Amino acid sequence: MTADGANGAFQDRNRRSWGRVARRPHKVASPRFRDEVQAVLVGGCQSYKSVLGVGLGRSYSDSCLNPDGAVVDTTALDRLIAFDGESGVLRVESGASLWDILEFAVPRGFFLPTTPGTRYVTVGGAVANDVHGKNHHRAGTFGNHVLSLGLMRSDGQELRVSRDQNPDLFQATVGGLGLTGLILWADLKLTRIPSSHISQQSIPFHSVSEFFDLACESERDFEHTVAWVDCLSAGDNLGRGIFSRGNWSEVGSLTNEPARNRLSIPFDPPAMALNQFSVRAFNEAYFKLNKARAGESTVKYGPFFYPLDAIRHWNRMYGAQGFYQYQSVVPPNVARDATAEMLKEVSHSGQGSFLAVLKTFGDVKSPGMLSFPAPGATLALDFPNRGEETLRLLSRLDRVVDNAGGRLYPAKDGRLPPEQFWRGYPDAETFREYVDPKFSSEFWRRMIAG
Amino acid sequence: MDQSTDLLSGRILILGALSGVAEATARKLAGHGGRLALVGRRAERLENLRDDLRVRGAADVRCYDIDLVAEAHKAQQLSDIAAEMGGIDAVLVFYGALGDQTTADHDINEVARIIDVNFTSAVQWITAVIPFLDASSATHPTILAVSSVAGDRGRRSNYAYGAAKGGLSVFMQGLAHRFAKDGRLRAVTIKMGFVKTAMTAHLDNDGPLWIEPDDAADAIVDILKRKGSIFYVPWFWRFIMLAVRSTPSFIFNKINL
Repeated sequence: MTADGANGAFQDRNRRSWGRVARRPHKVASPRFRDEVQAVLVGGCQSYKSVLGVGLGRSYSDSCLNPDGAVVDTTALDRLIAFDGESGVLRVESGASLWDILEFAVPRGFFLPTTPGTRYVTVGGAVANDVHGKNHHRAGTFGNHVLSLGLMRSDGQELRVSRDQNPDLFQATVGGLGLTGLILWADLKLTRIPSSHISQQSIPFHSVSEFFDLACESERDFEHTVAWVDCLSAGDNLGRGIFSRGNWSEVGSLTNEPARNRLSIPFDPPAMALNQFSVRAFNEAYFKLNKARAGESTVKYGPFFYPLDAIRHWNRMYGAQGFYQYQSVVPPNVARDATAEMLKEVSHSGQGSFLAVLKTFGDVKSPGMLSFPAPGATLALDFPNRGEETLRLLSRLDRVVDNAGGRLYPAKDGRLPPEQFWRGYPDAETFREYVDPKFSSEFWRRMIAG
Repeated sequence: MDQSTDLLSGRILILGALSGVAEATARKLAGHGGRLALVGRRAERLENLRDDLRVRGAADVRCYDIDLVAEAHKAQQLSDIAAEMGGIDAVLVFYGALGDQTTADHDINEVARIIDVNFTSAVQWITAVIPFLDASSATHPTILAVSSVAGDRGRRSNYAYGAAKGGLSVFMQGLAHRFAKDGRLRAVTIKMGFVKTAMTAHLDNDGPLWIEPDDAADAIVDILKRKGSIFYVPWFWRFIMLAVRSTPSFIFNKINL
């Protein structure tokens, strides 16, 4: 160890994306202090073809991988820098996780303005993927609450980017998949909460159409809405699921749950453990159980927002081959038909899993050039990797999304076809001008090659 | 007031505050509203820590840019810090350096450096701080020194470091014996196992024996609330080291450790 606690040398490490389809050797540096980053970045750019800032590696796709190049692991840059208890503005280093923020903020009566389905992502990752949550129809994306960012370019220059300062670079960086430079810190506007509990309602629905009616009627009175769909049900049951909606409870304490995961999947179970029969049986049981349990309840924020955080390494569930996640958004006018069509394809193929999530997005404009959320409906599906068979199904889903004028989420999709990316993101050509010349990722190289 | 709240929110001097485990521990203490004096060698980095600890709730955080090994006027520095903090209730000694054993195998300067960093300077700071702890109004003013399991038995891969840490452990054990007579002051030795920090980043630091700095910090804060003077962190190292110590030399010498 160096006596000053620095840790900026590049070392060989294997990294893989959360979907675990790809595992690649990387050169990794993990600076601990902001004053180390400049030398690490400039040195990395001189020694390797390209660099990429990475966080906790929860992106399912190849957007968090940069084999042949180097990555700067930001997770040791996890300090809180300043907090204004009046305005709720927190300045935080980019490697801090959302859990680090909650641990600090919840007892003080604040919460993340919006949160994805896991606490184990970094602030830098949340910005770079412009993540969204169950309150999109109210709050928009994570980036909607980022006031400014510290961004270091590969020439070692630190820029401050916001809606007023370098606004184009701000729009490129929010949702910019880490390609515009290394995010050093962020100013986030936290939101006040009356308690750390959610008053929720679970309502079973029996068709896609019923889902959309529920979503429509719920958006006015409920901050959080989301639905689980049984993506293997067919015929009369097609599109059945459980709609969940909730608001912060006015009563209750402001307490965090312990971060420790009591459950863990310590190794890869055989892929056969999850086959269409076991998943179908699970989905059937899950639907029936929740239908029987439907009604109102008050729950802690953890199980409401982060059910999968309770199981460490849940991504191992799909076995050594890993899995694909597929998340699309389709515009409102065609959302009902396109969603039903996608579910039909999945159900017909028998390949779906139990993690199928359906939600409507609202009209709050996403700040980033490459932000995924847009008005309409988003469907997120998991598929165990069964090679060609799975890729063929995903291509069929691509066609549905394309015909509907929708697009796919780059952070989720390790095989997103380049043509579909450029069609789905009309601002991507503009975005390209702001990409740092020395920053790249496996995902980006796939896109520009296509 | 019981020992825990008394000490954890007290005036705590952290020597080697930039180490990964020190920082993680300081964050826990900040959450208890502690008043912290951070000593390390890079002012800008200490200020990064200070900002973070203030946001997390530390009642007071001061930074002292001091070279803990080279500093010639240790007692005077402590006296200045105590004056600014209004006293010292506990001191946590985190700093150390693994050094390079292959160099130390033949280079007397590297041997001397390893012993200076891990032992000589540490026991001087510890000796010099005792009068300030005597003056503290805490129920049990405490010295906590982070030593290492490497000090339990000499091994070819790091015996200079092991000797220095072993010396530190014995010194702390003796101090605990000295304090036991009166029962007020405490001397606590942490025999630390493998932690994923900058100190060990060049090693293949993954596997069931390795813990995060945050886990080590939880253990240390818990130990500050308890009685006892020698602790293995994590606890299972007590049994590993029992086995390591009791292995006969004719077997041990054949193992590459």
